Amino acid sequence: METVQHVYESEHEATSTGLPNTKLAMWIFLASDCLLFGALITTYVLYRGSSLVGPYPKDVFDIPYTSVSSFVLLASSLTMVLALAAIQRGDLGRMRVWLLATAMLGMTFVGGQVYEFTTFYREGLKLSTNLFGTTFYVLTGFHGTHVAIGILMLLSLVAMSFTGKITQRESMTVELVGLYWHFVDIVWIVIFTVVYLIPTGK
Amino acid sequence: MASVSVPGDAVRGGLLRRPRSTVGFWSWVTTVDHKRIGILYGVTAFLFFLVGGIEALFIRLQLAQPDGRILSPSTYNEFFTMHGLTMIFLVVMPLSAAFFNYLIPLMIGARDVAFPRLNAFSYWLFLFAGLFIYSSFALGGAPNGGWFGYAPLSTVEPGHNMLFYSTGLLMAGIASTVSAVNLAVTIINMRAPGMTMFRMPVFIWMALVVQFLLAFSLPIITVGLFEALFDRRFGTHFFDPAAGGDPVLWQHLFWLFGHPEVYILILPAMGIVSEILPVFARKPLFGYQFVVFSGIAIGFIGFGVWAHHMFATGLGPVANTAFGISTMIIAIPTGVKIFNWLGTIWRGDIRFTTPMLFALGFIAQFVVGGLSGVTHAVVPADYQQTDTYYIVAHFHYVLFAGAIFGLFGGMYYWWPKIFGRILNERVGKIQFWIMAVGANLTFGPMHILGLEGMPRRIQTYTPALGLGMWNLVATIGAFTIAVGVLIFIVNAVASFRRPKDAPADPWDARTLEWTIPSPPPPHNFDEIPVVHALDDFWHRKYAETEEGTLVPVPAGGSGTEPPAGSGHGSGHAIHMPSPSYYPAVAALGFPLIGYGVIFHWWMAVVGAVVVLAGLYGWALEPSAE
Repeated sequence: METVQHVYESEHEATSTGLPNTKLAMWIFLASDCLLFGALITTYVLYRGSSLVGPYPKDVFDIPYTSVSSFVLLASSLTMVLALAAIQRGDLGRMRVWLLATAMLGMTFVGGQVYEFTTFYREGLKLSTNLFGTTFYVLTGFHGTHVAIGILMLLSLVAMSFTGKITQRESMTVELVGLYWHFVDIVWIVIFTVVYLIPTGK
Repeated sequence: MASVSVPGDAVRGGLLRRPRSTVGFWSWVTTVDHKRIGILYGVTAFLFFLVGGIEALFIRLQLAQPDGRILSPSTYNEFFTMHGLTMIFLVVMPLSAAFFNYLIPLMIGARDVAFPRLNAFSYWLFLFAGLFIYSSFALGGAPNGGWFGYAPLSTVEPGHNMLFYSTGLLMAGIASTVSAVNLAVTIINMRAPGMTMFRMPVFIWMALVVQFLLAFSLPIITVGLFEALFDRRFGTHFFDPAAGGDPVLWQHLFWLFGHPEVYILILPAMGIVSEILPVFARKPLFGYQFVVFSGIAIGFIGFGVWAHHMFATGLGPVANTAFGISTMIIAIPTGVKIFNWLGTIWRGDIRFTTPMLFALGFIAQFVVGGLSGVTHAVVPADYQQTDTYYIVAHFHYVLFAGAIFGLFGGMYYWWPKIFGRILNERVGKIQFWIMAVGANLTFGPMHILGLEGMPRRIQTYTPALGLGMWNLVATIGAFTIAVGVLIFIVNAVASFRRPKDAPADPWDARTLEWTIPSPPPPHNFDEIPVVHALDDFWHRKYAETEEGTLVPVPAGGSGTEPPAGSGHGSGHAIHMPSPSYYPAVAALGFPLIGYGVIFHWWMAVVGAVVVLAGLYGWALEPSAE
């Protein structure tokens, strides 16, 4: 994702639509990414309750635990907004604080996911155990990878902010990472609902 | 480099020094100029075209007579799979990308694409993906499960063959997605002043539709390929019936991508034909809006017809009927286009140049392929046709006699703009007729073979079936096509022995790329043009009297060839993005990751480090110095 951050056309150049090129590119990319998650979620839904052997979702899920980590991830959208607001005011210091906070919340979520995967694995659910394991790990793993890439981008932003590349006028990079971050959060709302909250029956 | 500002000394030391040279090997590796990247795409795709063509010739030799012994069954499987993969992913798509890259900025009046370095990255990743897939021949066997890679065959068989398929196509998919985002932004956002959406050339419209088709269909096949890769490599059960999985899910994911892909392959050729016909009929395109909207309609409906590839999988009568109807509906916007093209040449002042011949050949032969396509929409008929040579005949009429003919027309048409030299017209016409005869000789008899019951993808057949005669005719046709392609190579090579003497506007054309010298300077336009109408350049050259006859606009208006040396004294430097090593470096990491997934994990780690190093070097490097 670093690739779309720094580009030949800066946001100050006039474009046909008035939208900066980078922002338009990010929107089209996110639309494309919707289809990626769409196909993954479809696969999951199609195979719900089709596992021939256990463990089944109700055997392993700890809904309160995952609810907390979901809340942590959603809270990171707030800190992301605060980071963008800070740089748009020209407050580089606050921006770093909020970006780091966002990254920390993201890491907490990914850490929680790693813990969850480990627990499930100990309880006998492997990638190859049944269709539930297959679809669950691949879907949530894809999402976790998206979050991890987002964290890398957030930390890169903080590092770049010390080189003078991020200024009040050049705040678009922060905005783009924010768009990506919010998208990943929204996708999690769908995944959390479909995978954890809607009961499967077995 | 005319008035392009050449940057001074290196300002900063990055991981790699900023490339400086403008000629030679490294200038091509590091280029971010959309024209050079377009040429790279074109040359690479043409070389793959020769490889895929040689595979086709071997297939035809094997099938020329019953009980053929030229290719063993396993080699035959590899050859027909690689022929399909090559022609679709490494020839028609990148050849279209070559035209997109070269022409989109020129036709919309821009100096480059929106993200020049991302553009270079797309090319290198496409090249490495192609080489990666072909390296499988040396590393234990090429993909052999068909270009469609049906599960569970593709996920259970031993050997690395289909792992190269899934990882290689994932890479090519990333390259195409990145390129689609880049080109869509370019078209939407970088049009010259006055170039409203409905003043864009039809080629640009078709390009835009294709970019959205790519952006929305590639993620679906990406998921399918990941699932197949995980089934094969990590023991998941996505397509494993023994664990409750459904192999038909693969077909849904594949064709939900695969059918939009068909339009990804054909719409660029339709765009090219829509540019060629008005120029050589000396009439505006008949019903511009209809052609544009039918292209958009094809883009939308293209996502709703995929299951017509799966009528025989047992989806049930309701689903089959629904998809049969939607398939017939998509023939309507396609038919609209055909009639608009006929309306364009109707009573036109037609010049039968080589590009025009290829465009007309496209229309005639595409209609044959389109009509046989409608017969597949009739479900009971499709039950008889599916998996026979009738299908092979159909899609080769569409993709070879259609798309490739359109792309050859584009090559003849834009060759003078790209290389400053006109291809020999007489040789070109000979090539056209040889290829037209060859194509119909090859693919025409396949209709009969299919209806006589010859299945697809078989390595050989017994004499008792009586299929030998038409198979022999098809093989003779295939070699006739090869002669046509050789003639093109001779023509192309010969053109480089002549001086660069093509005028700016050799065909008396209508669109912006013909207003600038051939070949264009690195910055394309000395002054960004201001557009006042559809076919703006034409209106600068000609006015129409009350009776509708054309009269040339007296010289002195803008238009024709810009005076020599203009641009040198225009007084202000044009900043173009600087070349960069990083796109190629970042792309180089991907095949390493691919080999890592197939062979040893440490290679994947090295690959990931290379990708990250490339991306960070890229992000920290200013795009222009």
